[in-house]
Amino acid sequence: MRRIISILMENEAGALSRIVGLFSQRGYNIDSLTVAPTDDESLSRLTLTTVGDDSTIEQITKQLNKLVEVVKLVDLTEGAHLERELMLIKLKAVGAQRAELKRTADIFRGQIVDVTSTLYTIQLTGTSDKLDAFVEAVSGVPIVEVVRSGVSGLGRGEKVLSL
Amino acid sequence: MELLSGADMLIRSLEDEGVDVIFGYPGGAALHIYDALFRQKAVEHILVRHEQAATHMADGYARATGKVGVVLVTSGPGATNTITGIATAYMDSIPMVVISGQVATHLIGGDAFQETDMVGVSRPIVKHSFLVKKSEDIASTIKKAFYIARTGRPGPVVVDVPKDITNPADLYEYQYPSSVKMRSYTPVLRGHAGQIKKATEEILNAKRPIVYAGGGVVQGNASELLRDLVHRLGCPVTNTLMGLGCIDGRDKQYLGMLGMHGTYEANNAMQNADLILAVGARFDDRVTNDPAKFCPGARIIHIDIDPASISKTVRADIPIVGPVVQVLTDMIEAVKQLNIEPDQAAQQAWWKQVDEWRAVDCLKIKPSDTELMKPQQVVEMLYKVTEGDAIVTSDVGQHQMFAALYYKYNRPRQWINSGGLGTMGFGLPAAMGAKMALPDENVVCVTGEGSIQMNIQELSTCKQYDLPIKIININNQALGMVKQWQDLHYEKRHSHSYMDSLPDFTKLVEAYGHVGIRVDRYEDLEDAMIECFKMKDKLVFMDIYVDPNEHVYPMQIAGKSINDMVLSKAEGS
Repeated sequence: MRRIISILMENEAGALSRIVGLFSQRGYNIDSLTVAPTDDESLSRLTLTTVGDDSTIEQITKQLNKLVEVVKLVDLTEGAHLERELMLIKLKAVGAQRAELKRTADIFRGQIVDVTSTLYTIQLTGTSDKLDAFVEAVSGVPIVEVVRSGVSGLGRGEKVLSL
Repeated sequence: MELLSGADMLIRSLEDEGVDVIFGYPGGAALHIYDALFRQKAVEHILVRHEQAATHMADGYARATGKVGVVLVTSGPGATNTITGIATAYMDSIPMVVISGQVATHLIGGDAFQETDMVGVSRPIVKHSFLVKKSEDIASTIKKAFYIARTGRPGPVVVDVPKDITNPADLYEYQYPSSVKMRSYTPVLRGHAGQIKKATEEILNAKRPIVYAGGGVVQGNASELLRDLVHRLGCPVTNTLMGLGCIDGRDKQYLGMLGMHGTYEANNAMQNADLILAVGARFDDRVTNDPAKFCPGARIIHIDIDPASISKTVRADIPIVGPVVQVLTDMIEAVKQLNIEPDQAAQQAWWKQVDEWRAVDCLKIKPSDTELMKPQQVVEMLYKVTEGDAIVTSDVGQHQMFAALYYKYNRPRQWINSGGLGTMGFGLPAAMGAKMALPDENVVCVTGEGSIQMNIQELSTCKQYDLPIKIININNQALGMVKQWQDLHYEKRHSHSYMDSLPDFTKLVEAYGHVGIRVDRYEDLEDAMIECFKMKDKLVFMDIYVDPNEHVYPMQIAGKSINDMVLSKAEGS
């Protein structure tokens, strides 16, 4: 099952490599990963998505918790949560396809952020599923380039990951 | 406040941490630190012949005393040579601090002479590591390193120190921190009271309980408490390879070691138990055999300081995360207060069954069909001659299993071996570290002609520092455990398991300035060994030739249950 694990860690050199290293060392998968400092500059927040059964996820969270630079973590998928990913997708846009792509982008609440005579670059945010659905929806058009940010997430409502 | 250079601060920090001895080898990036060492008296430095041995010595020192072992090496090859020793300590949860020199900060990343990314190279095998970026951080980093190494589940910590950070020309205010607090590192201090009570009730109500205790009891200094609890419960108890000694090997309730080469009674009692109390043990694959078939009828209570050890391979029904000392203390208190009368009839029936397994006498030495001595006889004789009281280190292989099975350890920290990583070359330096720590004890290294050659250069260090350890070289002229597996699983194709062109070990040790004794016949063994231990001030190397075809039994059948085992060579082949 797909999980989103959100980690609060010390904003120190080497901390990220320890987390990433743990996954390769113990044979776990990372499907996506985002990391940046938080409002408290001494902390970084890292969100990663992984796939595993319950016992694998239990081991992953326990092993992550053992890392000295990991301050706190939460498996967001255990409760109600928000999940967002950003995608920039550059598409071949010529002739009638230009209008069609504009319409599709609007339906997905995407924005065209760069235009040339033959290309559109569309920015889209949402869950990974929504981004996948957009890619599927424009599959009739040649895709020139895609970049995705990886998932970021938060617990809904009162649930907070902080010190 | 005092003004000190980075190098002086580093050594002073060790002194203030209470370190009396470190094991190391100098080199370019560590020269400022070595100069600081030269100008003081508080911290003794043992000059090894190879950095790997320094880590094993620090490790042996730590295992014998419970204190943190300390290593000092230079950058590059000095640092990489410590890797095997760090991994050994990591797998067995041994507190260790390894200080490595590093090239100057401005050279890092430029492929400088003797540059290695030590923090990166050691990352998967350390509890934590530091790259010191400012001289002002030295004292607090050393404080943190020792705190992390010895608290919680202990382990090795690397402190990588660039050369410019230790520059003798730059002076800084020095004060060693009195305490350390890290928001991201808070070891568990208490096990859950409710879980402890619930667990105790289940143990007292069990019909076929067994206690399975491991290295965590030894490292956690909880052997006395475990013995108390086991005697109150009156149930059988078994030890892992790492736990040997936490129960007296002569105790009536003790069934010996369990696992791959465990005793018939221990493995059968585990498989047939209705309740297993696991204390500081981690259900390692060398214990469980196939985890899916492991002890199907047993409820499992698991006490461990490391939450990640719990339900890793075998699911625990009642997990208790906490220090063994505190959990066992509370458990003993709960036994007193709960006032639950154990089911006498059930206990008697359980012991009757256990005694039947015991009667198989699985460790009985089978009569030799040749003139040659059996390796088991050597360990048995060692037990007799040392009156069961020596500190025994071992290397890895058949001799390790014989030393584990045929020497009855009566106290914790008496048995020192590389259980998790299985590091050949561990035994000699570990014995040296133990002897450094406990000079009045008889320290014996049980080894083989394969393992001993992996760190034999340390015989020179033994001479330099006058370490009169005893080396029992069980010489079967083969890599015995490899050969055993080849006999059993590869139709006796002995691919590279022979030791051709062995040196004359007695001459070799004499060249290093020690005493060598060769024994070929069992009739000569006792006298020779008595003579060996009479030479209290000398390192004596006993080169004992044994049957090269002997196997270690009992032995589990791979992929089956814990108690599916072969008891003899006749049965095995």
